[in-house]
Amino acid sequence: MSITKYKTLKDVPREEFLVSGTSLCAGCGALLVIRLFHKALGDNVVWVNAAGCVTLMATFPYTPLKSSWFYTAMGSAPAGAQGIRDALDILIKKGKIDPTENLKVVVVTGDGAASDIGLQSTSGAIHRNLDFFYLCVDNEAYGNTGFQASSSSPIGSGTTTTRPTHLYPMGNFLPKKDLFEIWRSHRPPYVATISPSHVVDMFRKVEKSLNFKGPKLFLALSPCPTGWGAEVSESVKLARLAVETGIWPLKEAVYGEVTHTYIPPKRRPVEDYLKVQRRFAHLFKPVKNEGAIAEIQKQVDEYWSKVVH
Amino acid sequence: MSDEGDKSGEGERMVLKMLTGSQAVAWAARLARVDYIPAYPITPQTEIIEILSEWVRKGEMDATFMQVESEHSLLTAAGTAAATGARVFTATSSQGLLYGFEMLYSIAGWRAPLVLVNVARALAAPITLEPDHNDVLAARDSGFLHFYAENVQEALDLVLLAYRVAEDHRVLLPAIVNIDGFHLSFTRERVDLPEQDAVDEFLPEYKPVNPIRASKPVAKGIPVLIPPLYSFFKYQMHMASRNALSVFREAAKEFEKTFSRDYAPVEEYMMDDADTVVVMSNSFASAGKYAVSVLRGEGYKVGLFKIRLFRPFPTDDVIKSLRGKRCVLVIDQNISVGKGGIICPEIAEALYHLEDRPKVILPVIVGLGGKSISLEEFRHAVSVAERLASLGARPDGPLLLFREDEAILVESLLKIASGG
Repeated sequence: MSITKYKTLKDVPREEFLVSGTSLCAGCGALLVIRLFHKALGDNVVWVNAAGCVTLMATFPYTPLKSSWFYTAMGSAPAGAQGIRDALDILIKKGKIDPTENLKVVVVTGDGAASDIGLQSTSGAIHRNLDFFYLCVDNEAYGNTGFQASSSSPIGSGTTTTRPTHLYPMGNFLPKKDLFEIWRSHRPPYVATISPSHVVDMFRKVEKSLNFKGPKLFLALSPCPTGWGAEVSESVKLARLAVETGIWPLKEAVYGEVTHTYIPPKRRPVEDYLKVQRRFAHLFKPVKNEGAIAEIQKQVDEYWSKVVH
Repeated sequence: MSDEGDKSGEGERMVLKMLTGSQAVAWAARLARVDYIPAYPITPQTEIIEILSEWVRKGEMDATFMQVESEHSLLTAAGTAAATGARVFTATSSQGLLYGFEMLYSIAGWRAPLVLVNVARALAAPITLEPDHNDVLAARDSGFLHFYAENVQEALDLVLLAYRVAEDHRVLLPAIVNIDGFHLSFTRERVDLPEQDAVDEFLPEYKPVNPIRASKPVAKGIPVLIPPLYSFFKYQMHMASRNALSVFREAAKEFEKTFSRDYAPVEEYMMDDADTVVVMSNSFASAGKYAVSVLRGEGYKVGLFKIRLFRPFPTDDVIKSLRGKRCVLVIDQNISVGKGGIICPEIAEALYHLEDRPKVILPVIVGLGGKSISLEEFRHAVSVAERLASLGARPDGPLLLFREDEAILVESLLKIASGG
């Protein structure tokens, strides 16, 4: 990794851009990610939002942000970013506004907008090499509407539209869509996964991405106490477990070239992560579904077997 | 692309050209010095973005042309760019307008004053390329201002007027300028093309309100979860749209001074002593005017009333022109299935409380999917309205016009479709 100003947690700036008092849930992983991500980005930011939990961060007449915010629509936040970026560029070029008025344009959406309804818009923006950041706060379901399955929901998870029953003992039987690979296949300058448990890793990635012009995309695991069924104080711990079990690999891709930024020295069994969340409770009670747990473990092991150490 | 015509008199500040409707609105965007053109192809709109793209690529226009991946993204980018302070032009048609439909309400709510040309084309299914007005009228309640062009000159002029009205701080609403597909978009007519300096004088630089800037953070488009707030903002939009009536008149006066062409929200044709009035809009109004002039020769005391500005609805002009008339026929080139035309109830509502309201207001549906409107159909509709008036009877639902020759053609095609 190139020279970085982030060596330990102590290097994280104290300045806050997102203040407390939002209407998001206690323990919201997304809120923590956004707060940290903003510190890494610095000031002069306009957030472009698609419908999701985070939309409720700013409700009239309040905003918790010191930066600008633009709610667009569920399916087209990247296109909203396109309009803002292009308008700022042309107004500066024509001398209609001062270059100091320029802003970093940052899309923030949940995984439903990113993986489902907004995927076309995202693909278009990456293809056009739009100079923007995209932060997807992935809580692995449609959280704002009450935790329905999205194509980012992991196999074996229970959601309000994939409830485990005797006919569907796995709950959700579809695999999690690999958004990192979908983004990477466009060969943008920068793609990374991040986790609120690995803050220095996150800061280094944002720091690195600032050197690139074009799409810079971040997929952040965002524990959701209400949807995942966990204590509000456990969010960071859950995110760490996801990394340590190998379920959430921390990696980046520069123009498509993948590097894992953290390789768990000894991966913990996925069971450690699954058993502490209500959304996976049906895999353990009333009878432990050994087959399902083994299958999830197998998928994780297969992933890491292909990672070059 | 177009033939350079003679320069008309020095004082006129314009050049004569032969232009299609597509070329004319592209010229209007160019003369308006738009900053940003998000684009996506769809028949019959595509020629507009082809022209603009070429001009930008040749360096003849100082604008950013951005082809995006759908009309939904097109309208999103158009709206956020206008909210950021760029002058934005875009165009679409039919399915495209509906594909991006969600964003029409958002753009209006953001109070982002861009201009969108809709090249009218009937909606699937059945899919077709020919025009009617169900596409643009679907956007009726969105908050967009609606300008409807009858001919190529009007198409060009209304785009310029639309910018001036939309960007006025008493209005700040986006505008749709409608031109009918094929009939206007691909028809060449003689056009007075304004000179750039004259347009610059008429159309000052766009001054955005609360744009997104580093020095002044804003939160745009955010939720209002307290119900009276929602009502408050919608009422504000409504009042801003109503303001557009007088702003349009002011702008039209300025326009007339500069370009010697006079535009009111409505147009009267042979109305002075008319007993029966045909209400129309858009390009088929030309066919209506021709029919009126022929029917005049046959002794019908008939005139035509054209709606040019549909949103805000010019209620006072409707009352002024149609009160005291015996019969009014509203020709709707659209259909609200299960009800009838969309414009007719609006005319009826405007006239209802008058003592001297027309005896008959006849809803007429014709011209769907580009179906022509013949002289016989105008004559038939007028005579139906006049007969109802003399009988003191009321219309039995909308009059759905369809000619015998068309019925024969359709019969023969149905026969083929059913295998012989």
